[in-house]
Amino acid sequence: MTILILLPLLSYLVSAFLLLISKKKSSSSGLIALAGSLIAALCGIFPVVHVLGGQGSLDFMSVWNLPLGSFHLHMDLLSAWFCIPVLFISVLAVCYGIGYMSHYKTQYSVKYNWFFLQLLSGGMYFVLLAWDGILFLMAWEIMSFAAWFLVMFDHKKKEVRRAGWVYLAATHLGTAFLFAMFIIASNESGSFDFNHMAGLSASVNILFILALIGFGSKAGLFGLHVWLPEAHPAAPSHVSGLMSGVMIKAGIYGLIRMVMFMDVWSPWWGWTLIAIGICSGLGGVLYAVVQHDLKQLLAYSSVENIGIICMGFGIGILGLSYGNPAGIIGIAGALLHVLNHSVFKTVLFLSAGSVAHATGTRNIDSMGGLARKMPVTSGIFVIASLSICGLPPFNGFVSEVMIYLSSYKSAIFNSSMNTDLMLAALAVISVLALIGGLAVMCFTKVFGVVFLGESRTDCCQGSEDPPPSMLWPMIILVFCCALLGFGGAGAVQMVIPVAQSVCSSAAYYGGELTAVSKLMGQISILMAAFILFCLLLWALRAYLQKNRTISQGPTWGCGYQHGTGRMQYTGSSYVEPLLYAFRTLFHSKYKAPGGRDILPEESYFSSHTPDLFMKFFYTPLFSFLASFFAKLRIIQNGRLNLYIFYIILTLGGILIWGTL
Amino acid sequence: MPLISLLTALILAPFLRSIINKVKAFFAGKQGPPLLQPYYDLYKLSRKGAVYSSVTSWVFRAGPVVALGTSVTALILMPTARISSLFQFQGDLLLFAYILGLGRFFTIAAAMDTGSSFEGMGASREALYSALAEPGLLLGLGGLGLITRSISLSAMYGGINVDFVLSRGLLPAFLFILVAFFIILLAENSRIPVDDPTTHLELTMIHEVMILDHCGVDLAMIEYAGALKIWLMGLLITGLIVPVFTTSLRGSLALSIVSLFLMAMLIGIIESIMARLKLIRIPRLMAVAFIFAAFWVIWVAG
Repeated sequence: MTILILLPLLSYLVSAFLLLISKKKSSSSGLIALAGSLIAALCGIFPVVHVLGGQGSLDFMSVWNLPLGSFHLHMDLLSAWFCIPVLFISVLAVCYGIGYMSHYKTQYSVKYNWFFLQLLSGGMYFVLLAWDGILFLMAWEIMSFAAWFLVMFDHKKKEVRRAGWVYLAATHLGTAFLFAMFIIASNESGSFDFNHMAGLSASVNILFILALIGFGSKAGLFGLHVWLPEAHPAAPSHVSGLMSGVMIKAGIYGLIRMVMFMDVWSPWWGWTLIAIGICSGLGGVLYAVVQHDLKQLLAYSSVENIGIICMGFGIGILGLSYGNPAGIIGIAGALLHVLNHSVFKTVLFLSAGSVAHATGTRNIDSMGGLARKMPVTSGIFVIASLSICGLPPFNGFVSEVMIYLSSYKSAIFNSSMNTDLMLAALAVISVLALIGGLAVMCFTKVFGVVFLGESRTDCCQGSEDPPPSMLWPMIILVFCCALLGFGGAGAVQMVIPVAQSVCSSAAYYGGELTAVSKLMGQISILMAAFILFCLLLWALRAYLQKNRTISQGPTWGCGYQHGTGRMQYTGSSYVEPLLYAFRTLFHSKYKAPGGRDILPEESYFSSHTPDLFMKFFYTPLFSFLASFFAKLRIIQNGRLNLYIFYIILTLGGILIWGTL
Repeated sequence: MPLISLLTALILAPFLRSIINKVKAFFAGKQGPPLLQPYYDLYKLSRKGAVYSSVTSWVFRAGPVVALGTSVTALILMPTARISSLFQFQGDLLLFAYILGLGRFFTIAAAMDTGSSFEGMGASREALYSALAEPGLLLGLGGLGLITRSISLSAMYGGINVDFVLSRGLLPAFLFILVAFFIILLAENSRIPVDDPTTHLELTMIHEVMILDHCGVDLAMIEYAGALKIWLMGLLITGLIVPVFTTSLRGSLALSIVSLFLMAMLIGIIESIMARLKLIRIPRLMAVAFIFAAFWVIWVAG
């Protein structure tokens, strides 16, 4: 069994190698990648099931010739849990990608996309299994760089190159903090091996901060999120699906892994996570609502969901550090939300890709009426939207309910009447409620403007559903949304041992989770009743309409006869009340020239809402750094004779120093 | 008994609208429509054919069905004062709040499906104001959980009694939550001062304009779902008052009905003497509801 944890890694590597040596215009490159990830997933099922089934962790150690670190792989419950989306979703993303990449064939050599995609999947798997600090960092860099090459795939476009730069800077800065973190941790434990790292106690606070920044920049916590809305739209859709659905979760994994090493959890970590979670959740959803770019909107929505996950961990860590058993529900809810988000966010990106492909634009306000042209895609999109809004009976609801329950229970069944915990819990409840409402606003906007009504421009004319090879991966994923939603009880059962392993000292709190699993069963019963009601009502409606005249006509325009698609409510107008209500937070820019004279001239309207972190923090910071380092050009100006002079100077200096 | 209270709700819910309309007619010095008018309307609508816009898709047809389905399901979860709901479990308040959210999603989507700017305007406002109402509702229910030590709606409303309210000095706190829930009720049911249900002019419209294109049995379903929703949200409020006066189950039901009727009269009075707020003021009103709910929670927690 131990050797089986190597096989997926091997499969990814072999397929990547085959891709590298395959012919440039080879049409089978996508199939090689598909075979590689399929074999990896099939081999990976066994160890994952083995570990999640509670039959102990798997451990593999090999010879290692580097002076530092060791080749130590280890799959415990937490790694196995995060392996599920990596193995499963990479197959579906590749399968979708084969169809998606076909229209890039004329411009680029597609095989490199597949090569780096295999490296990315393998890198993520490697990160989850690495059981040594040095190995972890190597895996982390493989993953991050593979993702960079994937983002840069369409590099002939200027905005793609810019996105690549932003991503590269973000991932490098994040990794720098991780280096510092592992060095400090290994100093205390005396080794980079994770076996020795458990039980850190002296430097935990500084380690927590470093982990939060380092891993948080990968996960896209608010403030460190600026690369997501740049990189996700730039990358091909199956790549952004994989990055947003799976790769950013590696950041969450790293953070939990680090926290698991800590001996005693301080309440202020919980507070910090809750505060950051609230900022990410609210900031993410507010920026998501106002975006015009479909994929940028989904990227901000990832920030929101990472915030929800953080709030779950925060309330969990806070509760457990105060000895409140309900904390474990928050941790389990966050872990389940990791899985759920990877499912519905991937399908949202994939369907967004199909829409962008069919219409040739990502601008929501140009689209409209796609439901009649792309019926299957619109059905997929509506289920994924309901899931991401956390509406029953889909999977997002299950994990959000768990985080709510953890908060309610922390506030209500709080034996020591701990006011801190109560306050935090009530804050989480209020914010989750607001986020839920705004998420509904966000996704009714997307669904309503993109798929419903009439098309606003003629970009939607020839659009149709993608071919089956692209539809089936999405159908499988929305089926998982429904399955994990209706089978919420089973999903909770699955996550119980993982949550217990995260808070090892709280193994006896499992009873709390069993109660939650029972509750999910009851929710499923009621939701089944709800679906029955709807079917009955539908039948009643059909019966009542049977002998009546049902006719078609234009939409009622209040007497106006000449409505066009352009006159519909756009996404920008849909969110205008929100922009106004939160105008202090947004700094939106509007442009509407002309039209002030007696005879109005031709005019246009545009609105843009910049990211405040980008505008007021990162752009000034980086332009300052650029101008500062530009001054160093004096000593590095590219003239060869100057460099020779430096060499002579240095040699002379060494000579003098040697003789002294 | 839970079944009886559920049936009562299903039968009497449209009557609340009659009361509101009668009160408004009284203030206007008019006779007003007969008390059974909403029932006639439902009957009449259900016997009509329909005209569907050629722009619409299945979403438009599913909207009313899902809206009514969610209202009925939420009613199954809602206790009538001391009478527990038909179906209850720990944490059912979350399903209650979120299933109403599901109904809202489909109502909004059905409005967007017509491709009309009018309906888009209504949809946008509905989405924003209900999102802003949500925290107050869940926080207020959390406070109720704090004093009754429960996270199930039936146990929460079953746990309130007169000793509780008076002995702990919670009376002022109860006023806060009553006001907060009442504002949320007005917003969620599109009444003045948030929305004007009598008109669908573009300056005032939210809910009425969202259903501009629905007709026949679809409109009947939406109207009925709306009536059930007033009843539902009303129970959130009357459930706080009724247990103070009676402990028997029958008394609870009778008093709940009476107090719901009184509440409908109050809504009618408010609609007669107040104008709609400016749309840009409504987020502030929602903030007031949230702050009142927060006051209440802090009071009961401290």
